[in-house]
Amino acid sequence: MTEIDRRSFLKATIVAGGALVIGAALPFRSRAEERFDLPVDPAAEFKPNAFIKIAPDGKVTVIVGQAEMGQGVLTSLPMIVADELEVDWKDVVYEHGPPGKEYINPALGGQITGGSASVKGFFNPLRTAAASVREMLIGAAAAKWGVPADRLRARNGEILDPETKRTAKYGTLLEDAAKITPPASPKLKDPKDFKYIGKSIKRLDSPEKVNGTGIFGIDVKVPGMLTASIMRSPVLGGKVSSVDDAAAKAIRGVRHVIRLDSGVAVVADNYWAAKKGRDALKVSWDDGAMKGVSSDALFKASVDAAAGGKGVEAKKIGDVAAGRSNAAKVVEAVYYAPYLAHATMEPMNATADVRPDRCEIWSGIQAQMVVQSQVAKLLGIAPEKVIVNNTLLGGGFGRRLGDYVLDAVRLSKQVGKPVKVIWTREDDMHGDFYRPSSYNVMSAGLDGAGKPTFWRHRTVGASIMGYLGPSIFGFAPPEDRLDNTATEGAHTLPYDMQNLFVDWVPVKHGVPVGFWRSVGSSHTAFSTECFLDEVAHAAGKDPLEFRISLLEKHPRFVGVLKLAAEKSGWNKPLPKGMGRGIAIHESFDSIVAEVAEVSVAKDGNVRVHRVVCVVDCGQVVNPDTVNAQMEGGIVYGLTAALYGEITLKDGRVEQRNFYDYKMLRMNEMPKVEVHIVPSTEKHGGVGEPGTPPIAPAVVNAIFSATGKRIRSLPIRREELRS
Amino acid sequence: MTKLSVNGKQYEIDADPDTPLLWVIRDDIGLTGTKFGCGVAQCGACTIHLGGEARRSCVTPMKAAVGKEITTIEGISPDSTHALQKAWVAIDVPQCGYCQSGQIMSAAILLKENKKPTDDDIDKAMSGVICRCGTYNRIRDAVKMAAINGTGGK
Amino acid sequence: MKSATHFSKRGTLKLAVVVASCLLFAGFAWSERREREDRVDGSSMTEETVASAPDPAKAKAAFNEAAKVFFSARCANCHPASDTPTQGDEMTPHTMGVTRGDEGKGVYGQRCTTCHQNENLAGEHMPPGTSKDWHMPPANQKMVFQGLTPRQLCTNFKDPSKNGGHKTLAAAMEHVQKRDPLVMWGWEPGNGRTLPPISFDAFSAKVQEWVDNGGACPD
Repeated sequence: MTEIDRRSFLKATIVAGGALVIGAALPFRSRAEERFDLPVDPAAEFKPNAFIKIAPDGKVTVIVGQAEMGQGVLTSLPMIVADELEVDWKDVVYEHGPPGKEYINPALGGQITGGSASVKGFFNPLRTAAASVREMLIGAAAAKWGVPADRLRARNGEILDPETKRTAKYGTLLEDAAKITPPASPKLKDPKDFKYIGKSIKRLDSPEKVNGTGIFGIDVKVPGMLTASIMRSPVLGGKVSSVDDAAAKAIRGVRHVIRLDSGVAVVADNYWAAKKGRDALKVSWDDGAMKGVSSDALFKASVDAAAGGKGVEAKKIGDVAAGRSNAAKVVEAVYYAPYLAHATMEPMNATADVRPDRCEIWSGIQAQMVVQSQVAKLLGIAPEKVIVNNTLLGGGFGRRLGDYVLDAVRLSKQVGKPVKVIWTREDDMHGDFYRPSSYNVMSAGLDGAGKPTFWRHRTVGASIMGYLGPSIFGFAPPEDRLDNTATEGAHTLPYDMQNLFVDWVPVKHGVPVGFWRSVGSSHTAFSTECFLDEVAHAAGKDPLEFRISLLEKHPRFVGVLKLAAEKSGWNKPLPKGMGRGIAIHESFDSIVAEVAEVSVAKDGNVRVHRVVCVVDCGQVVNPDTVNAQMEGGIVYGLTAALYGEITLKDGRVEQRNFYDYKMLRMNEMPKVEVHIVPSTEKHGGVGEPGTPPIAPAVVNAIFSATGKRIRSLPIRREELRS
Repeated sequence: MTKLSVNGKQYEIDADPDTPLLWVIRDDIGLTGTKFGCGVAQCGACTIHLGGEARRSCVTPMKAAVGKEITTIEGISPDSTHALQKAWVAIDVPQCGYCQSGQIMSAAILLKENKKPTDDDIDKAMSGVICRCGTYNRIRDAVKMAAINGTGGK
Repeated sequence: MKSATHFSKRGTLKLAVVVASCLLFAGFAWSERREREDRVDGSSMTEETVASAPDPAKAKAAFNEAAKVFFSARCANCHPASDTPTQGDEMTPHTMGVTRGDEGKGVYGQRCTTCHQNENLAGEHMPPGTSKDWHMPPANQKMVFQGLTPRQLCTNFKDPSKNGGHKTLAAAMEHVQKRDPLVMWGWEPGNGRTLPPISFDAFSAKVQEWVDNGGACPD
């Protein structure tokens, strides 16, 4: 892990609160003001580094450059600071960070919120930043009292001299502390003294999320702002051919109808006028390359690619052909997982205010610096002239990388006013970067004793990095090179295989693809863990015992499995008609096992009653956040397993809204029990790793209940009718 | 001009009477706690109270609200002290938080009409509001906590 | 179910002439009113026939035609076998776990009127609505259509314990014949919804024909 760039620890200065870009730019009150209902005195605020501000009243603002999309980063990162800074939790508030190299996640190399990496990346930098400020405050008190610094202690927002029992509140030391050069290598706390880290601390952002005051991108108001709705080509990649906007322009409140590359925008006084105007547009389209393309053809392309295409090697151990010839029994199967949409609850939206010399953005964004540079490029201005105000994200899941910002910029530039673009749910469903479909040809051999002799996995799918790499990371991997996101979880199969070959055949379906909660693992866990279950049954072994027998080299996996078995009552009989299934998968440095209990009705309807989840994510900052993320990850994966499928017909995404892209609801929600393995291992992620194991756990449970093996998602009740 | 009463305040709205209440509340009145999720009454993020009953404001024409009291998440309590809001915070229900206004507004009707809801009652009352983050079990727990702690008739 | 079983066993109605009043409806000429003599619950169900001889064959045929409407998605979705209405032409269970409630108006934050307005809304997949508040039959009179044979449906229509307590066929058919907005909605169902197989007028005529011909149930 890289330490954050030392140069970013600027010499401490007292700055005006207003000098902080985001404070001045936001059209709503800053978090600190909102939470405490009093403006901090801007003249005396102490901002020793990019992450921390201390006000004279002792309030500590933690500036979080990672995006809050529900994963709790506005709480977990401030917890790290509060612990090392020795302040009372009730004095801590958060603020969304601007784009800036200080906020580049060292675990990712970009200011990106993804890869379940916020705590992983910022644990050490934030501790160091906070410890450095603590030492500055101690230094200030030592100078003030004329005593050696090493005898002073920091606790609960004040410096204590144990000998004289004198105390000084942080707020009284700011000016003196500011004169001290921040120490580069402050002494960190002994983990045994952690006060918050490792405890379930209440989220800082809950209060604003229960009273309507939390500001999401869609809620942003800028004086003089107009609102736009954009009609885009129903066929993926289609372009506008001609527009009749007479009826749209006649609608009250409609100000402009603007033709964009991607569609036609109606810009109006408010959303409803824009929407009505957009509905009144008559647009004819040039359908482009995807015209006539349907899911069947894409599926066939994957099948053909699997049969004929040359694969890119992902992992090779031993000799699969030899393993096959040694096999007493060979198991073969094909697994398929479809395209999926993210379907965040908050549809995509962004507000832009383009001025002659600058541009300001308000939106919920997982990749602020990417947006900053894309906007700068679009407008031909320097990136620092693009001010990006991040808001709460109404769900991210890998979707909110910022593409939706650019149309707002284009429109604001054209109309000379701030413009907010709001996507309809249908726009959101049709304009996604979809989780790629995954077609998997799998085989494995067993010897006479039921031990695997080989494992062969060919996966066929589109390259996410090939599609998004250029716009997000500035590069795409060469086409003959492995895109790790296509095979992660498959080529990292933990099971002991003497002969293994995993390869990937890239396909270009012409469908936009992107990162979807847990990325490659969202389908590789399904294919590998279901197929392994098949192999276990073919070997006549208990699926749990079979797994454990192949994990000798991975004691953490075994620990997770055993705890899952214990907590789920793996060997306890279930009522007739019910089945239990297990799956385990590592992603983002965390190992998660899930045991699902399901029943299948006569009409094939699958009901998941209970899920036991065991996670080993190394050291934990906030256990309740881990619980919440596992619960949420399970729902996300279960929704996809039961319902999720994006299909194409004549180049159009068929699904439109929640009536045909169904979501799991309260009445379908299983009981979920999460158990965290105590660990001192390095931090693993938690936002995504809960998702991969649920589909295979449920599918394996269905097999246990019915003897029917589901090999294609979503689970179709027609296949399960009895 | 259409006269509306929102959270006890009177407004005169200059908009087409067919405009969905959601957009009147968000754009004309400026209360943004009520969310847009689907526009077709499928997700419940836009749930408000109209005349004491839950309504999906995204499909409710403004004209249907004339003469009735509209309550939004901002008006359910003056200071976030509704038993549901307190329970939501105590249990840390929200993740992204986008759906939670709708969840709380739906749960408020449930508790108003049923002081001791069972799991089945909660299913029947709450399955119209989608939470993509999967906070359903916490919602269930928080509804029960609020029921125990009392809603103060709100 | 008792009386339905009873009807199907006997195959024909035993009718007796009874004296009754208050059953005159416009367009009907009542010559006699006959009540089933063998009702198990002792309640009275009156059969009306026109002066001209009722034709059971005609009644049965008419009911079979009308039943195509009763069983169509537009009507039957709100007359489910369970307490959850169905939706769409496929008549899948209404999403969101919507339930009937005692009054047939849904429960808590999931009343019918939580989503269904007093009009249809523009656009596809919008919750349908009509001038009368959207609802389904109440819990004590579920008026189930789904899953029944025409004969069972017909029998239920004539059973006051299942038809809303109506003692005459005409009264039982009032929901239809008085052009209840919820019924009429079936023929103005909003964007994207299919219509019942025959027009309302044709349907209404078939219902009338069934009533006029003595209300015999299909075999």
